[in-house]
Amino acid sequence: MPHELSNPLALIAELTHRCPLHCVYCSNPVELQSRSRELSTEIWSRVFQEAAQAGVLQADFTGGEPLARPDIVELVRAARAAGLYVNLITSGLPLDETKLADLVAAGLDHIQLSFQGAREEIANEISGTRSHAQKLRVLDWLRQHRIAVTLNFVIHRRNIDQLEEMLAIAESSCATRIEFANVQYYGWAFANRENLLPTRAQLDHSLDLIKREQERLQGRIRIEYVVPDYYAKYPKPCMGGWGRKLMLITPRGDALPCHAAQVIPGLIFENVKDRSLREIWEHSAAFQKFRGENWMQEPCKNCDRREQDFGGCRCQAMLLAGDAAATDPVCSLALMRPRVDAILAAVNLNSVSLGPALTRPAWLYRPNPA
Amino acid sequence: MPLELNSRPRLAPGCRLGENNQQRVLLMPERALRLIGPSLEIIERCDGQHTVAAIISDLQRIYAKAQPQKVEQDILGYLALLEKERALNFEP
Repeated sequence: MPHELSNPLALIAELTHRCPLHCVYCSNPVELQSRSRELSTEIWSRVFQEAAQAGVLQADFTGGEPLARPDIVELVRAARAAGLYVNLITSGLPLDETKLADLVAAGLDHIQLSFQGAREEIANEISGTRSHAQKLRVLDWLRQHRIAVTLNFVIHRRNIDQLEEMLAIAESSCATRIEFANVQYYGWAFANRENLLPTRAQLDHSLDLIKREQERLQGRIRIEYVVPDYYAKYPKPCMGGWGRKLMLITPRGDALPCHAAQVIPGLIFENVKDRSLREIWEHSAAFQKFRGENWMQEPCKNCDRREQDFGGCRCQAMLLAGDAAATDPVCSLALMRPRVDAILAAVNLNSVSLGPALTRPAWLYRPNPA
Repeated sequence: MPLELNSRPRLAPGCRLGENNQQRVLLMPERALRLIGPSLEIIERCDGQHTVAAIISDLQRIYAKAQPQKVEQDILGYLALLEKERALNFEP
């Protein structure tokens, strides 16, 4: 197998699980890793060197809030020096003008500023923090710098009707990309799913609007729209295929094929403190587990789409079907699809009888790690 | 300004040339493009100095055996694609 193995292309560096926000759909695992076990600056720097040598082109700094690391400027410099394209995914909360200038001077290529809504009230409710006004300040500071700017809006039932207002924020800024990513249901979002899933009517309306806006803004702002897996006909090619393109390193150095891989029982993750990135990519049992097609069951095994979507998401199969090797239950061909339909039916029925959620749901907020 | 013969393409902020495994690539947000042959020669000239017309005539010289009109069409198509990707801005 290793001889036909492709290179990893992107390294997702989950620098810390600490975060000033407490978003109800956070994609971090429910078991957060503590500050005392986070990797040192030196180890991260070595990991960036190894990544570039293994063929990785881009490093995505994420968390938690990557700016919670006091050495963040040094880490940007180290990744850039290793030859990587450096992308920072941030809430913008711990940022000031000096820190931003330092990050750009250190070689930051791209900043993705996350928004929780178009309006202060909903944004603050979702993040459990007063955060919206600061993001607008950061957008203003970004005009001074020559880096790529993407606005990331996480979309769900409570803000999907604000897409036009979100686009207006992007249009009045220097952003050239906007990502509307509907929440997917893992980790904290799984726990809050019934209050986050949009209705079918909301989703259809949003798809029409996005299509119009993509045409109107062509050549100015690139709009990406990611629908909730639960409403899709076929699954997404999760992570571009297990162990095919991406590696995720957790704050304490575990190498994962996917953000949520820890929900799959029995997987053993190698740590970058013990092995080189290339060794892990080529030999780690966790990366081998769902690589290629040998693990597939029916209907994936003989499906024409198996090289397009690679069976979908293993973690979603675990969460919804109780079997990580099952076809992703969001697939219309999957044996377990009725489970997803039942979840959607409940959401769509409730919304008819109750109307749009006017009252504040009983959110389960993500806390901070020890 | 739009893509015209006298506009000067320049890589957009956050887009730059990189190298990996001895291969040149155009790095941009969430994407990377392998640059081989003429695509590299075009991108190297997207510096805010060369006009579109100058890039075309440079490449027509380099690829003297190709039909000049075809070279022009290919370059305009490639620049339009990169503009759509938001990898290029066109300056006066």
